Amino acid sequence: MSDHLILRIVGKFLIPYILLFGLYVQFHGDFGPGGGFQAGVIFASAFVIHTLLFGLESAERIAPQWVLKIVAASGVLIYALVGVAAMLMGGNYLDYDFLAADPIAGQHIGIILVEFGVGLTVASVMMLLFFTFAGRGEAS
Amino acid sequence: MLAHLPVLVILAPLLGAPVASLLRGPNWPWLLATLLSWFALLCSVLLLIQVNAQGTFIYTMGGWEAPWGIEYRIDFANALLLVLITGLASVVLPYARLSVEHEIGADRCPLFYTALLLLILGLCGITVTGDAFNVFVFLEVSSLATYTLIAMGKDRRALTASFSYLIMGTIGATFYLIGVGFLYVMTGTLNMADLAERLPAISDSSTVRTAFAFIVTGICLKLALFPLHLWLPNAYTYSPSAVTAFLGATATKVAVYVLIRFVFTIFGVEFSFGAEPLAEVLVPLAIIGLLSASTVSIMQPNIKRMLAYSSVAQIGYIVLGLAMGTAMGLTASLLHVFNHGLMKGALFMVMGAVAYRMGGTSIDDMRGLAKTMPLTFWAFVLGGLSLIGVPLTVGFVSKWHLILAALELGWWPVVVAILAGSMLAVVYVGRVVEAGFFGEPKDATKREAPWGLLVPLWVLVIANIWFGIDTRLTVDIAEAAAAQLMAGGVVR
Repeated sequence: MSDHLILRIVGKFLIPYILLFGLYVQFHGDFGPGGGFQAGVIFASAFVIHTLLFGLESAERIAPQWVLKIVAASGVLIYALVGVAAMLMGGNYLDYDFLAADPIAGQHIGIILVEFGVGLTVASVMMLLFFTFAGRGEAS
Repeated sequence: MLAHLPVLVILAPLLGAPVASLLRGPNWPWLLATLLSWFALLCSVLLLIQVNAQGTFIYTMGGWEAPWGIEYRIDFANALLLVLITGLASVVLPYARLSVEHEIGADRCPLFYTALLLLILGLCGITVTGDAFNVFVFLEVSSLATYTLIAMGKDRRALTASFSYLIMGTIGATFYLIGVGFLYVMTGTLNMADLAERLPAISDSSTVRTAFAFIVTGICLKLALFPLHLWLPNAYTYSPSAVTAFLGATATKVAVYVLIRFVFTIFGVEFSFGAEPLAEVLVPLAIIGLLSASTVSIMQPNIKRMLAYSSVAQIGYIVLGLAMGTAMGLTASLLHVFNHGLMKGALFMVMGAVAYRMGGTSIDDMRGLAKTMPLTFWAFVLGGLSLIGVPLTVGFVSKWHLILAALELGWWPVVVAILAGSMLAVVYVGRVVEAGFFGEPKDATKREAPWGLLVPLWVLVIANIWFGIDTRLTVDIAEAAAAQLMAGGVVR
């Protein structure tokens, strides 16, 4: 791969913008099209490009598998615990109205947190899947 | 907290699954999963008591009122199913510790318990929800967890078994989704109670009929009705013993519940049995299924596989009951859902104990079991008697009701078929019992299975006898559920 200079330079240029776009889709999701699923996939695709251009080892130094596993689990936990928080504050499960004094502010907080959890899990699971398949040839 | 019961059942495995995946070693994830399953059982029992006392229990997710939001709607039918699922989970999980560590290795235990919790989550979710699309989501959760769990089997054939179930299961789920899509196009709603209200006015359209056909076929694939059962024998034979015990007792039963919900609550009895030829299609398939699968199981050298074919046959009884379209038939069907869960759970757990000590589940491993592993062997005998339908066991209770329901309709050939199925069960259970009693042990040095396996196993065997003698609880609830379902779904 060392001779693919053009690909590597262009890839290096693209990766930050992909990450930024992923974050935009994530956090603008409650005003425009977007949300955790799409953002997670876009975010993970930056790592996929990195892996293709610079190899699995380099990518796994940035995002070790054990970290990804923790992130994947904590994303689900964030989602579930937001619901529990709404329950403890007097509402039904996932009733964001109760998360803040003002129901509309509560809805904003709720959906941002839940989508953040979704984004974390989707991004890290996408990376884990890709790393697992990319690493198959080397392991055996 | 009582108002939150339906969501607490779901929440316990939902919170437990990610945590279990982060824990290390075989024991911590097991302990977490076991405690959570007991908590879920407690919630289910409380829920059943609530439904009994106050009628249908409605919980609006996120505070969004139905039909816009998703509501969880618990009546007798799903409360009964919830108790079955969480009850079996509470018995199988304590059993799983030794069995799973032995069969899949300590390093994969955290992921195993994560998948098992997700499976419990999916099955409970299908049961509690009152939203047709939400059923699909939970169906996928439970199916994906099931494919993973089956693939963890020790035998490499588990991988192909899991893959073919993946293909068949996906086709089933897709059919279901297509059907729900058609219903959504016609009514603009996904809420089950709302669908039930809107459908009668437009039921005379080909879109609704197509939706009905897709949904019934899709679910029949998931519940392994003959001739859509081909994925089941391999999946049950090669998956880890604890998984087989749990799946065999609950997974197809939940699909039966979905079928009952659609046929009786959403489409209604008049449409399903009047406008559509549901009984004419399902009754012959159920009878052919129960006779042919029982016959095939006589010839199986692997006892786990024999029990898997027997499960296909038992599904025949269950579908036969609901295909009668009467309150008595439905009662028998719901009873057999619960009772078959108890007996198959116990029998598959016996096979897990045999695999633990003997290293295999073929009939040769069962020879002389009465001498080497008497407690395990007697558990098989009692579970087998229950499967045949001998009085004082749960199998008798449900078959008795099924025969009464057939007699009520005057379907004499069906009664003969049910009795013939029981005779075939005598043969295939008897063959194993004979080998256990009179055969020479393959290895006389083997000793009884450890207590960690025997105690949960015997709890389930005793439940088989208990609910066979004290039928008040199960029969009353099944009758109440059948009455509710026959009256239609719109019980506000």
